[in-house]
Amino acid sequence: MPKKVISGNYAAAYATKHARVEVVAAYPITPQTSIIEKIAEFIANGEVENLEYVPVESEHSAMAACIGASATGARTFTATSAQGLALMHEMLHWAAGARLPVVMVDVNRAMAPPWSVWDDQTDSLAQRDTGWLQFYAENNQEVYDGVLMAFKIGEHEKVNLPVMIIESAFILSHTYDVVDMLEQEEVDEFLPPRKPLYSLTDFDNPFSIGALGTPADYYEFRYKIAKAMEEAKKIIKEVGKEFGEKFGRDYSQMIELYKTDDADIVFMGMGSLMGTVKEAVDILRSEGYKVGAAKVRWFRPFPREELYELAKSVQGIAVLDRNFSFGQEGILFNEAKGILYNTDAKPIMKNYIVGLGGRDLTVNDVRKIANNMKKIIEKGELDKEIDWYHLKR
Amino acid sequence: MAESPFKADIEKVQKEYGEKMTPGAIVYIPGSSVVNKTGGWRVFMPKFDKDKCIRCFMCYTLCPEPAIYLDEESYPVFDYDYCKGCGICANECPTKAIEMVRETK
Repeated sequence: MPKKVISGNYAAAYATKHARVEVVAAYPITPQTSIIEKIAEFIANGEVENLEYVPVESEHSAMAACIGASATGARTFTATSAQGLALMHEMLHWAAGARLPVVMVDVNRAMAPPWSVWDDQTDSLAQRDTGWLQFYAENNQEVYDGVLMAFKIGEHEKVNLPVMIIESAFILSHTYDVVDMLEQEEVDEFLPPRKPLYSLTDFDNPFSIGALGTPADYYEFRYKIAKAMEEAKKIIKEVGKEFGEKFGRDYSQMIELYKTDDADIVFMGMGSLMGTVKEAVDILRSEGYKVGAAKVRWFRPFPREELYELAKSVQGIAVLDRNFSFGQEGILFNEAKGILYNTDAKPIMKNYIVGLGGRDLTVNDVRKIANNMKKIIEKGELDKEIDWYHLKR
Repeated sequence: MAESPFKADIEKVQKEYGEKMTPGAIVYIPGSSVVNKTGGWRVFMPKFDKDKCIRCFMCYTLCPEPAIYLDEESYPVFDYDYCKGCGICANECPTKAIEMVRETK
């Protein structure tokens, strides 16, 4: 298999090429730009066939064009970040409601003001209720694998929903790392051409999309999406397992567990910061700490059952949120705590707000968090529930 | 009154569509919105004076619904199942053969 040293953004671009994407509509924004530049380069060099690239005037238009393209049955891709994703918001609901499996890479970037181009998960998490599946990549390899799996999962006849693959600004998007890519034949076998639910080019069977749903019908259409999301959990596991069996990288777990078997304290989080956390787990274990890491790969649909299984076996969970919901708490913490409320699993849970706007989370930070958690568990009570860990005092 | 050109569609929709819910709210039967009779939205209704009509087809051409058909002699026929009473026909009629009157039920 061809290994290349590439950035997370190029990993995404190569994945779209190997997935034989037919339509890309996108608008440039830092730090997403090099994804769509690379795709434009593929076209300019004649490296891809049958790819229509639509340069649009805004992200709202980009998503609208993707919706139109996807409704013709085309395999459709776009990418954006932060303000661009926020501008797409209305159309995100549209893609999911019309059951169109558009795949998008969102490069996590902090929302302005103040202006920032650095890593922060609040942009994508603010889109959590739009009906998109969300996958958070830890490294460039997961960006590549994630995009390929996203098409297979989103286009599955039982799912038919759009998928967002999320990577960190600069930490992944512009940092070069080894990516083990697949041969074109391998991808073709794993990911056959899309079989759309419906196609606007089916002139023999005309239909309309964007119909009115009166109070007598709308409710049932929402239930259908809820059911498809629930179904998507099974499909994610199936596709993740198939990927592992074929290519050696298993994605059958929606929460990746790292050394949690005998752990008392587990660090839970999403995205690239979990790479640092795993490194820290190895170091802390060599120092005698009984710690592990739980990386939430899929935030939507949320792996409720996997979280419960983990929570049953540990004393404390430190939820590391590189995001914040003003007036409440870290978003992953909020969800995880809520899921466990109606279960018998009641580990001590504490929320650490870390890394907002690209601030580094270091191994030493994780050690400090481990010490804090240890104290809390010994005492049996929280010092505080939400800890703005990095705050300058 | 001339028969609605949508009659066949209405029957087909009522027979085949029924309570069927398609993912994405896709409507597979063309013209199926005719099952929703929108005439009930009307406040003013067009009243037609055949004697003044010169059969210029302005009302027939400009009705946005369209809820105006032509009979065998090419006089307009108003379909009150769908006429929302917008008054465009009355406004455009060059001989004032159409008058909008408040509907009392």
